[in-house]
Amino acid sequence: MRFDARVEVTLRDGIADPEGATIERALPALGFSGVTEVRAGRSFRLVLDADSEAAARVLAQSLADRLLANPVLERAAVELAAR
Amino acid sequence: MGPRVGVVVFPGTNCEYDAATALASLGADVRYVWHHAASLDGLDVVVLPGGFAHGDYLRPGAIARFSEVMGAVVAFAEAGGAVIGICNGFQVLCESRLLPGALQKNAGLTFLCQPTELEVVSDRSVLTRGVAIGRRLTIPINHFSGAYVCDAVTLKKLHEGDRVLLRYTSNPNGSVDDIAGIANDGGNVVGLMPHPERASSDLLGSRDGLVLFEAVLASVRASV
Repeated sequence: MRFDARVEVTLRDGIADPEGATIERALPALGFSGVTEVRAGRSFRLVLDADSEAAARVLAQSLADRLLANPVLERAAVELAAR
Repeated sequence: MGPRVGVVVFPGTNCEYDAATALASLGADVRYVWHHAASLDGLDVVVLPGGFAHGDYLRPGAIARFSEVMGAVVAFAEAGGAVIGICNGFQVLCESRLLPGALQKNAGLTFLCQPTELEVVSDRSVLTRGVAIGRRLTIPINHFSGAYVCDAVTLKKLHEGDRVLLRYTSNPNGSVDDIAGIANDGGNVVGLMPHPERASSDLLGSRDGLVLFEAVLASVRASV
């Protein structure tokens, strides 16, 4: 089976996010109000071949934890969709 | 012949010549080690110099960590060998889990290239052995991701083990506890963001970096 996977890597709670904070500060200057928090992160799109959705999830989460995210700073969330 | 020092070169490393020149000026027998090397046999010291290994793609050190040579560096470190990570090398050592914590983007989101004043706060490492506690050294930094980050438990362990080696006297990048350099538990693996090789001659404005490199070579000479 083939799956589209999206891995979202975001900073853990309590880790300073200078990028998000800078974006947040810029928004009022552009006329956007009502935004109370911005957290910056990265998104990766993968196409996976696996025997089951569970297997695809294990594959995506393990590669995300091993390479895409640094667990000291970040957490990785996986979303899957069968093709 | 002086201590045998291997300077590891990844694609994108750019401080290897400076580090090798500074170490050789102190009598070290320096050779370069390509990132495909599977063995570090015969070396007394391994230096991971600064630069942008593998373009710093993904995160600084994230790809370099999986280089063939890093398996050998881990084995060398576990056997008690002296491993010195400078700037990008420090990032690689953190990604490799040879050192705890991580280097996060600078708090101000600017690339910083400037002299910094450091205070030596521990002599329990190959980098600082014999250097007076409280000594001030002026050594440049040159990084975008140099803010040292770790959790509270790790910080406590670093303090208890006297493993914070160098602190900025005026924190330039938002590092936790003003940390500029740390050691592993054994004191044989060290990482620092400042570049000692860029403070290795009067022509460069400071020779303070040689104090640290001399300490490394003296540590090795003492144990050989």
